[in-house]
Amino acid sequence: MSISAQNLCWSVGKINIVNDVSLSVPPGKVLGLLGPNGSGKSSLLRLLAGLRRPASGQVLLEGRDIQAIGRRALARRMALVEQHATTEANVRVRDVVTLGRIPHRSPLSGWTVVDEEAVIAALDRVGMWGRADRNWHSLSGGERQRVHLARALAQSPRELLLDEPTNHLDIQHQIALLKLVGELALTTVVALHDINHAAMFCDQLLVLDAGKVVAQGAPEDILSETLMRDVFRVEARIDSSPHHGRPHVHYLI
Amino acid sequence: MSTPARKTWEQAGLGLFFALGGLVLLVAIAAGTGIGEMPIPIETTFAAVTNRLGWTAIDLPPIQESVIWDYRLSRALVAACCGAGLAICGAVLQALLRNPLAEPYVLGISAGASTGAVGIIVLGVGAGTISLSAGAFAGAFAAFTFVAMLSNGGRGGPSKTILAGVAASQLFNALTSYIVTTSGNAQQARDVMFWLLGSFGGVRWPEFQLVLVVVAVGLLVCLYYARALDAFAFGDDAAASLGIPVGTVRLVLLGITAMMTATIVSMVGSIGFVGLVVPHAARFIVGHNHARLLPTCVVAGGIFMVLADIVSRVILPQQILPIGVVTALVGVPAFSIILYRAKGAA
Ligand SMILES: Nc1ncnc2c1ncn2[C@@H]1O[C@H](COP(=O)(O)OP(=O)(O)O)[C@@H](O)[C@H]1O
Ligand SMILES: [Mg+2]
Repeated sequence: MSISAQNLCWSVGKINIVNDVSLSVPPGKVLGLLGPNGSGKSSLLRLLAGLRRPASGQVLLEGRDIQAIGRRALARRMALVEQHATTEANVRVRDVVTLGRIPHRSPLSGWTVVDEEAVIAALDRVGMWGRADRNWHSLSGGERQRVHLARALAQSPRELLLDEPTNHLDIQHQIALLKLVGELALTTVVALHDINHAAMFCDQLLVLDAGKVVAQGAPEDILSETLMRDVFRVEARIDSSPHHGRPHVHYLI
Repeated sequence: MSTPARKTWEQAGLGLFFALGGLVLLVAIAAGTGIGEMPIPIETTFAAVTNRLGWTAIDLPPIQESVIWDYRLSRALVAACCGAGLAICGAVLQALLRNPLAEPYVLGISAGASTGAVGIIVLGVGAGTISLSAGAFAGAFAAFTFVAMLSNGGRGGPSKTILAGVAASQLFNALTSYIVTTSGNAQQARDVMFWLLGSFGGVRWPEFQLVLVVVAVGLLVCLYYARALDAFAFGDDAAASLGIPVGTVRLVLLGITAMMTATIVSMVGSIGFVGLVVPHAARFIVGHNHARLLPTCVVAGGIFMVLADIVSRVILPQQILPIGVVTALVGVPAFSIILYRAKGAA
């Protein structure tokens, strides 16, 4: 198992925001996190990224507790794309992607060919190479999301954590981004709000409700009409798509 | 994709830029040494300096040599160091707190240092520059601790830290006024008033040595953390996920900026606006990368302060304006131009 978590709990005050969550993602697979707003997806991702210390339980990378790995060593193998990361600063696309090389450089070492190649490859991978000198504030939401992904790729990670990366993107860019994530062959945990997209692009799904795991498994095994009603509070019918073979949710009104 | 060539060009351009900047700074310092009530030609200035360094033995009027060496040169050099130091502090605080308004003045650190120093002046505890500096230090660190505690060590988010700073400014300014009105006589009140707005009047070589060391150490520490400062652009979690020890970096850099501010304020009073306007101007020229931004702040801050000092000495005959008045009067229009020209880029 590349990423796994055992009985993770995290609370603020008396409220349990992540409540006894265990999961495991095999190398190169994509785990989708689903759940209504406020169900704890972002909090769980922050725990997996080592940004918060769990009240109990642990996060393991290839069997090692991440608390024992060290922040910089962790940043060299795991990258996070946050939900609403923006800046007031007047940065260029290239500067943002360059940030991804920080964990690979000591404070005094220079910029190497390896660094340069990683940045170019990452920009190229997300289709932003032609816009490397654009200003952050001149980018559309979709372009910013791709730049964040490029920054994460410049970290040369083996594990990738993504928090609702397709928010604010039009459908073409949503599909392109998810397809790209699938092709990267990195161990990925991605929070998504579109259940059909999750079913299409993820190998495994984990459904959270009020911080607890309510279902976990392959999309075709866990997506059900009862789940849609109990967790997402909508009436829906689910069938297997004749076009791509994955489950497809039809919402009823 | 001719990247290597492009890098080389960028580096050459940058080298040229810093060489030019350094040259302008030198010229500004020379001008600061030559211009004043007694105008001294630039050749005399250089001759006086080389004489003192033992390189030449040109015959000069002793009075001119003394004015240059004992008074104006040290003053111009201190002004350059103070401008550089305040600009570094502003750039670092703005990055760290992700707020374009952050600077020692806004965060109350200058106000705290002023209270400490004014306390020493008015209450007359101890005597001389040493106790004045000690008072300013104590005040700066009191304000720093106050802000740090109110904002949970800066973890409360950028706007919380700024609000804590505003509270600290109010508190310490009130304390300063309290001390002055209850304990000071009219003359002391005037002295304090003048000192609060900043003055390079009393500085000589010992002050230069101190401020040079402090600003140089501050610059080196901040440069060491230049990449960490870049990483703060997208917030604490983004920086932490890039492997930056966020808490440590914040504490070290806040401590360093408090130290630089305390030293400068204890020496020349609290001079506003330099820490705010210079980093923005510098960012406008070299962008957000701190490895370039901080040296640019040093050069630009130095030039700005030396020129402001010249203006403060020559604008009114027979009278010296407080330096803080000049920095604000020159700084605000400059800032307006920057804002106006940058409005498209936010
Ligand atoms: N630092 C925090 N302090 C207090 N409450 C928090 C904090 N972080 C998250 N929460 C709460 O935890 C719940 C889960 O939040 P989040 O993980 O962002 O959910 P999701 O990403 O699934 O929408 C929400 O109710 C949110 O208000
Ligand atoms: Mg969320």
